[in-house]
Amino acid sequence: MTMLEAERLAITFGGVRAIDGVNISIASGQVFSIIGPNGSGKTTLLNLVSGIYTPHDGSIRLAGTTVTGLAPDQLARRGLSRTFQNLQIFSRMTALENVMVGRHRHERTGILADLLHLPSVKRQNEATAEAARAALARVGLADAAFRPAGSLAYGALKRLEIARALASEPTLLLLDEPAAGCNPVETRELDQVIRAVVKEGVTVVLVEHDMRLVMNISDRVHVLARGRTLAEGTPQEVRANAEVIEAYLGAHGLREAAHALD
Amino acid sequence: MAELLQFVFSGLTVGAIYALVALGFTLIYNASDIINFAQGEFVMLGGMTTVFVALAGVPLPLAALIAVIVTTAVGFALHRFAIDPARGASPVAAIMITIGASVFLRGLAQIVFDKRFHSLPPLFGSDPIQIGGAAILPQSFVVLGGAAIIVVLLRLLVDRTMLGKAVIATAANRLAARLIGVNTRHIVDFSFAVSAAIGAIAGILVTPITLTSYDVGTLLALKGFAAAMLGGIGSAPGAVIGGLLIGMTEALSAGYLSSNYKDAVAFLIILVVLVAMPHGLLGRVKVERV
Amino acid sequence: MSVRALLQSRWLPAVAVAAIVVVLPLLFPSMYYYRVAALVFIFALAVVGLNLLMGFAGQVSLGHAGFLGIGAYAVAIGPVHLGLPSWLCLLAGAAISGAVAFMVGRPILRLKGHYLAVATLGFGLLVAIVLTNEAGWTGGPDGMNVPTLALFGWRARGSGTWYWIAGLTFVVGFLLARNLMESPTGRALQAIHDSEIAACVLGIDVASKKLTIFIISAVYASVAGSYLALFNGLVTPDVAGFLRSIELVAMVVLGGMGSIFGSLVGAVVLVVLPQVLTIFHEYEQALLGLIVMVFMIFLRRGIVPSLAASFAGWRK
Repeated sequence: MTMLEAERLAITFGGVRAIDGVNISIASGQVFSIIGPNGSGKTTLLNLVSGIYTPHDGSIRLAGTTVTGLAPDQLARRGLSRTFQNLQIFSRMTALENVMVGRHRHERTGILADLLHLPSVKRQNEATAEAARAALARVGLADAAFRPAGSLAYGALKRLEIARALASEPTLLLLDEPAAGCNPVETRELDQVIRAVVKEGVTVVLVEHDMRLVMNISDRVHVLARGRTLAEGTPQEVRANAEVIEAYLGAHGLREAAHALD
Repeated sequence: MAELLQFVFSGLTVGAIYALVALGFTLIYNASDIINFAQGEFVMLGGMTTVFVALAGVPLPLAALIAVIVTTAVGFALHRFAIDPARGASPVAAIMITIGASVFLRGLAQIVFDKRFHSLPPLFGSDPIQIGGAAILPQSFVVLGGAAIIVVLLRLLVDRTMLGKAVIATAANRLAARLIGVNTRHIVDFSFAVSAAIGAIAGILVTPITLTSYDVGTLLALKGFAAAMLGGIGSAPGAVIGGLLIGMTEALSAGYLSSNYKDAVAFLIILVVLVAMPHGLLGRVKVERV
Repeated sequence: MSVRALLQSRWLPAVAVAAIVVVLPLLFPSMYYYRVAALVFIFALAVVGLNLLMGFAGQVSLGHAGFLGIGAYAVAIGPVHLGLPSWLCLLAGAAISGAVAFMVGRPILRLKGHYLAVATLGFGLLVAIVLTNEAGWTGGPDGMNVPTLALFGWRARGSGTWYWIAGLTFVVGFLLARNLMESPTGRALQAIHDSEIAACVLGIDVASKKLTIFIISAVYASVAGSYLALFNGLVTPDVAGFLRSIELVAMVVLGGMGSIFGSLVGAVVLVVLPQVLTIFHEYEQALLGLIVMVFMIFLRRGIVPSLAASFAGWRK
């Protein structure tokens, strides 16, 4: 089944076509990576898919339903979730509370019940906390549950955002440079987390610079350059693509990619 | 017909003041994304300071100059000592600081000056000029002329001087401006100072017509903000057009409908603009990047 | 329930506040103290509502006294001009305030924070203008008398009675607010305050939540306004005035944005101070403005959270 389809997507900022006629098609249960140099439009594309920007042209379909122009919260209720390149952590809440917010779309109590703290609210709080603890455990942050989010290290915060996104039980998960600023150990852990998530049937879209991670984990790789598609295919195909190598992987990237398959 | 002309003129006159307040808002907002609720107090300070310095025996022109200088200093101090120290805080904090400053200046004015209404002598006498059956005060022309001169001067400042270019750069992209060597803090200081000066001059010009007292600032700020919103927040020509439109709407509704609810016009315009066209007449749509 | 369990339970703050309400009168040498305390609880109720809006939803209302005014005049106009019982008018006032908050908030809360600030500023001024102008209904600038609240023959009169009414209502309002904070809605609000975009992406309907809180805060203020009018027996248009709105904001800022308990502290300081300092009246505006400025620049968390933080720092 096709989880996400985008056709002729385009958006312009102040005269610059940030995304110019991009088509993508992502099958369910895949890891689909989007790579390209800085400024190629990777995060813009993610923002378009997650409803933060409305495209000026083109359409987006999620699991068969047209969702172009829907707001992020409407998309979330259809099973989409994402993390952010420049962390959007709820810094005044604890790690656990951050992840509990991720459960929001599964919480059913109304305002009146909340005000009166009816037993249904108590039960729901407990269920939410339970699910949040489980999500924290999956990214290895179980110990940090009650620490203020603002006090956690950068690498931990990246994992916290993933836990929060996972807590919403998405069918489509968008990860925006999750490995940025992570050391090789953390990147390997990230790799494990993504594989575990995919095994549960979640489709993952990954925007990344870390070529080793991309090559290891992706089913398909889509290369963006200056807002347009440069190439798409399996990691091997993209790795071997002359244009991609020449323009964007460079000598260093080529070595990285070569090592990744060792 | 004569009545209509009368209303139009008084509407344009007071609208010119709203336009100047709105320009002040716009200048500060463009340079720093801050809505300065104390904008109206600058107008109040201009008029009241002139009155009281003149009462102390200082010749009127000098008193006016002193008032403008004092108000400019207040505007600068507001940014440098109240707003800038809190620059990392949430947008709510900035709003509250300027509102606190506005109330503080009002309260201070109440103590330093007094609670009564005051006037200033008009520049060209108080005999109305007859135009098409309407009686127009000469001071109206002073206000309109003064406002026009200020708008032109601002335009020249922004277009023709390095300082003006720096303000534009800061408004467009603060980080980029800093990277090319613009001291953005000084630019925002400057925009506050200029806004204060504009407000003070507006206050001095209009006091002969509308009188002044310690609490005129709040309504002026509200109406100035309504004007800035109507014109499109961030647009200088919009601020001017918005101000004139609100002034006229107010005068016409006071004349033909009810003068009791004159002040409600600006509030209703705010609501209509927010519901129907949040970006105002000339405003630009800004996409927020994540 | 054992003492230890009580100390750790979520009921502790509410129990503490209830204890304060019950124990305080033992320290009162005269009826005057009951009066001041009743006023404190009445204002604290309004401040709790405003705090929910400012501290948790991160919005500013610069015209919240407008809702005080609606509640206050509802229990004046209703009985006097429409012959309705006071308790019904209190509920009607709250309903009207909620409806007005819905109408004003719905288009505006979708936009950036300063739009609500300006819109509420205008709203507050508008309410004051209407109250002053429509003298036929409201008695104009001199205001009107407010008939005493009567229920099944019992009349709510006197500082002692109103101390208990205001105090117990405050405890209830306090409890409801705390319940809200520990619920999905409360978490959503705190999330919105910290990062609207992340909250949105997690499925939170941001505009709807902000509107809900705006309506709740309006209802709190309306009830407080009704109590104020019923207690004083008299109501004037400056109950809805700009200065009153700024007083409420100052109480929130002082006590601590986002601290429900701080709402009480803020109300205590700004209700008791004018009683103690007779010169306060002259300097009231300047002082309020200064308080808001100074706290927002230097002590943004307010008194209660700052004390709590330094306490926590001590214990380490």
